[in-house]
Amino acid sequence: MPGRLRIALQAAAVLVVALLLALLGWQVFKKDNGPDLGRPAPNFTLPHLSSDQDVSLASFRGKVVVLNFWASWCGPCKDEAPLLESAWNRYKDKGVVVLGVDAQDFDVDAQRFVDRAGITYPIVRDKHGSTLGHYGVTGFPETWFVDPQGKLVGEHVAGPLTEEALERNIKIALGEPA
Amino acid sequence: MTRKLLAAFVVALAVVAPAAASEQSPTLPELERELICPTCHELLAASTSPIAERMRAFIRGRIAAGDTKSEIKAKLVDQFGESVLAAPPKSGFNLLAWLLPLAGIVLAAGVVGYLAYRWSRGRRAEEDEEAASPSANGRFSPDPELERRLDEELARYDA
Repeated sequence: MPGRLRIALQAAAVLVVALLLALLGWQVFKKDNGPDLGRPAPNFTLPHLSSDQDVSLASFRGKVVVLNFWASWCGPCKDEAPLLESAWNRYKDKGVVVLGVDAQDFDVDAQRFVDRAGITYPIVRDKHGSTLGHYGVTGFPETWFVDPQGKLVGEHVAGPLTEEALERNIKIALGEPA
Repeated sequence: MTRKLLAAFVVALAVVAPAAASEQSPTLPELERELICPTCHELLAASTSPIAERMRAFIRGRIAAGDTKSEIKAKLVDQFGESVLAAPPKSGFNLLAWLLPLAGIVLAAGVVGYLAYRWSRGRRAEEDEEAASPSANGRFSPDPELERRLDEELARYDA
C-alpha cells in the first residue's frame, strides 16, 4: 500500500473515531433545558384527546396560552387540574386559553382523568413525546406561559402550580400589572 | 444423509417452536424484557414507576384477552411511540440498526482477512527471496560483509 494512501486511511480512521467520540460526548453532556423565556414558543400540532381534530399552538396566536404538561398517573397533576379549570373559566373571555398536553400516558386513562376532574379546556395528546423534548419537560406537571405574540413569558413552573403563580403569570402574559 | 436431514429438522423445530409459542401465548416477564418504561427509560422489568405499573396491568389484561405478543406491542407503540420497544423493529429505516452491525462485522472480517493474506504473502516472498540467494557454502547469509569478516577471523585463527 503506497505511503500516502496509508496515511490518508489512518487520518480518515482517526477522524471517524474523533467524530464518534464527539457525538457520544454531546449526547452525554447536552442539557435539554428547553427554550429560553422571551423567545418564541416552539410550535406543535397534536391530536385533540377527545376528537380526531389536530390542534396547533400557532392557532392560538393573539391569545395568552397557559401550556400545561401532565399525565393521568401524576399525583400533583390531579391537585392542579381544578386550579387550571377555574382559571380557564375566569379568563377565557379575556383572551386566555388553557391548553393541556398529555404525554407518556394511555388514551383511556387520560380521558378518564379529564372526565373525573371535569376539565373543559382543550387537551392534546403527545403520544411520541416530541413536544416534551422541545420544551425540555423532565417531569409532570410543568407549565409555560405564552403571550399573544407567541413568546414565552413569565415563569417556567416546573412542578405544581399555586393559585398565586397562575394568576401572576397570566397577568404578565396579558401585559397587565401583576 | 437421511439422519443428517432429520437432525437438522429437529434442531430447526427446537428453535422455531418456542418462538411461535411465545408469539401466540406471551408472558408478562418476557414482554417486560422487550419493552422500555417511557418515563425512566429503563427496561420495564426493572422499572417501578407509576406508568410501568400501569403498563404491566395493561399487558396482563391483553394476555388474558388472548392477544399475541405482536398485537400487544403494536398497541403499546400506538400509545407511546416506537421508543417503548427495547429493540427497534426489523422494518423500514430501523432495519439499518440490525443490518449495520452485521455489515460492520463482515467488513472488519474482510479487512482482517485481507491484512492476514498480505502479511502471509509478504513472508512467503521474503522466504522465496532468501531461498533464491544461498551463500557459497549452501547456507543462508544475511549479510555478505559479515560473512567476509567471519572468514577473515577464522583464517587468522587458523594461522
